Amino acid sequence: MAPVAPRSGDAIFANVERVNAELFTLTYGAIVRQLLTDLEEVEEVNKQLDQMGYNIGIRLIDEFLAKSNISRCIDFKETAEVIAKVGLKMFLGVTATVGNWNAEGTTCSLILEDNPLVDFVELPDTCQGLFYCNILSGVIRGALEMVSMKTEVTWIRDMLRGDDAFELQLKLLKQVPEEYPYKDDE
Amino acid sequence: MASTACFMIVSRNDIPIYEAEVGTAPKKEDAAHQHQFILHAALDIVQDLAWTTSAMFLKSIDRFNDLVVSVYVTAGHTRLMLLHDSRNDDGIKSFFQEVHELYIKILLNPLYLPGSRITSSHFDTKVRALARKYL
Repeated sequence: MAPVAPRSGDAIFANVERVNAELFTLTYGAIVRQLLTDLEEVEEVNKQLDQMGYNIGIRLIDEFLAKSNISRCIDFKETAEVIAKVGLKMFLGVTATVGNWNAEGTTCSLILEDNPLVDFVELPDTCQGLFYCNILSGVIRGALEMVSMKTEVTWIRDMLRGDDAFELQLKLLKQVPEEYPYKDDE
Repeated sequence: MASTACFMIVSRNDIPIYEAEVGTAPKKEDAAHQHQFILHAALDIVQDLAWTTSAMFLKSIDRFNDLVVSVYVTAGHTRLMLLHDSRNDDGIKSFFQEVHELYIKILLNPLYLPGSRITSSHFDTKVRALARKYL
């Protein structure tokens, strides 16, 4: 029998290596700051952060699957729950709530009350268009792509822009069937 | 609350990065410049005094008629300067300490460039609230 998938990441979170929260926050801040200096355009920074997140995500999914004992998710709903309760807890130390499902069950929102990336941050007037946490959306997009789900991840609400929470919208575009590199009849 | 009070933060490169008139007295046209001028003149004294003590709060270091200049120097040599006409050392000390905390929060913001002007409206509101509370 397959092991029962944990519904919470607390146990795993207790066992993984951790770094000081301020070090983490300020390191991420330094990356964003440097990107703003190098690329100058806020739009470009958003794109670059997303790309960096994607590159993290496609690698991180392997570690996630290896350490979390999660078995195959049966549908997108379960996937979203696992990301919110286990994935985010494991790597970010927070959990999210899943909500705002559409009728077909292909779009949902991850709502984060707390986000360690944005401690101390306040957007100055010059960076109003910046999605400061865009790396997160990239991570989720990359990770899901590696488990054959093409998704589109966008920020709906952002506390840095005066909203009351962080809300990430996950939109399932299509499930890519697994392709085998060999043919059956050979 | 003090009737006249002018608060200013001067960066280590001697550039004013934040300024607020926090007194209750109605604004006079020439007063703002006069306040800046007095605080500017006091900078030299701060420079001499800062290295003679290990305390950050330098108390009142200069006076101009009935106005007194109190200064608080942070470890990074940023100077928090207050021009006031009240005699409330404890309140001023608490005011400086709390503004110092706020200033550290501003510094920790990765999108703030140290030594640049503090434009955060949140900071401004907090400082004015502290001024009402302590001065």
